[in-house]
Amino acid sequence: MPGSIFPAERLAFVLAAWLVAGTALARDWLPLAKDGVHDPKSPAVRQLQEPRDALSVLPADTTGNMVRWVEALEKGAIEPRASIRPGTKVQILDQDILMSLKGGMPIVRFPHRQHTLWLDCSNCHEQLFKSQTGANKLSMFQILQGEQCGVCHGAVAFPLTECNRCHSVPRPNGRALSPAAPLPPHAKTGAK
Amino acid sequence: MMLRLAAAAAILAALGLAAVPEASGEYGDVVLNKRSQKEGLRPVVFSHWFHRIRFRCKVCHHELGFKMRVGSNDVLMADIIDGKFCGMCHNGDIAWGPDRCDLCHSGKPGLPSGIYGGHETSGPGRW
Repeated sequence: MPGSIFPAERLAFVLAAWLVAGTALARDWLPLAKDGVHDPKSPAVRQLQEPRDALSVLPADTTGNMVRWVEALEKGAIEPRASIRPGTKVQILDQDILMSLKGGMPIVRFPHRQHTLWLDCSNCHEQLFKSQTGANKLSMFQILQGEQCGVCHGAVAFPLTECNRCHSVPRPNGRALSPAAPLPPHAKTGAK
Repeated sequence: MMLRLAAAAAILAALGLAAVPEASGEYGDVVLNKRSQKEGLRPVVFSHWFHRIRFRCKVCHHELGFKMRVGSNDVLMADIIDGKFCGMCHNGDIAWGPDRCDLCHSGKPGLPSGIYGGHETSGPGRW
């Protein structure tokens, strides 16, 4: 009964309602003239496309550009060119790698397909990551420093606040996945 | 009891939300100011969001040879006019040509080179 609750709780309900409303309104983009990066006096701010115009029509996310970029690509909401020079070989690899098999967090499923839709193999191999499964020692410390996955995630790809998008495979019974446990299709086990 | 827990959670969530700083630039915006201002122009603002709607990462970061670290690419206007880097598209054919200085050199004077837009790791902007 609303009349019987404590003032602190009433305040909490107001805050909760404000939060819900705020979340619903949060998917917005600063105009170029007010984004703190463009010079409001530059003629460009009247001529360049506004992020709101381009991004508001794409599949919604709650972070980064507020756009689910892979989904936008897969649904055909955007059709970015995959090459510009004649003769460039465009390569897609449909293979998942399971990583972090021994830690406490859910296992990382790295999907090659979604990454190669955007990137070429050479963007990650062999400098950032060796191609051989198990040969890469990943660390969240390194990633948060902008190395390894952090070269893109946290800068242009979805940010590092979204733990569960990478740590997405639950451990059976909360224990580390044993080699005998069934793996998702197309999966290879990778880095420690 | 449940109500009080919910109240505490809501207050904490509200405080957490209020602590998020105002974002500057759109996520993935890159400011290039290694030379611009010394040459008397505004810094360049490169928006990843605008470009990735039209081109996949691999076009610039594989075919055109842009390294994935802010500051690691020496992009000279002479190269752009020669059709390298930005000049592969910014040639008056696919996108506006290098004569439209103001459209790229549109950044706030004094901004240091780097990646903007929040959520950043220290890496891509380190150079």
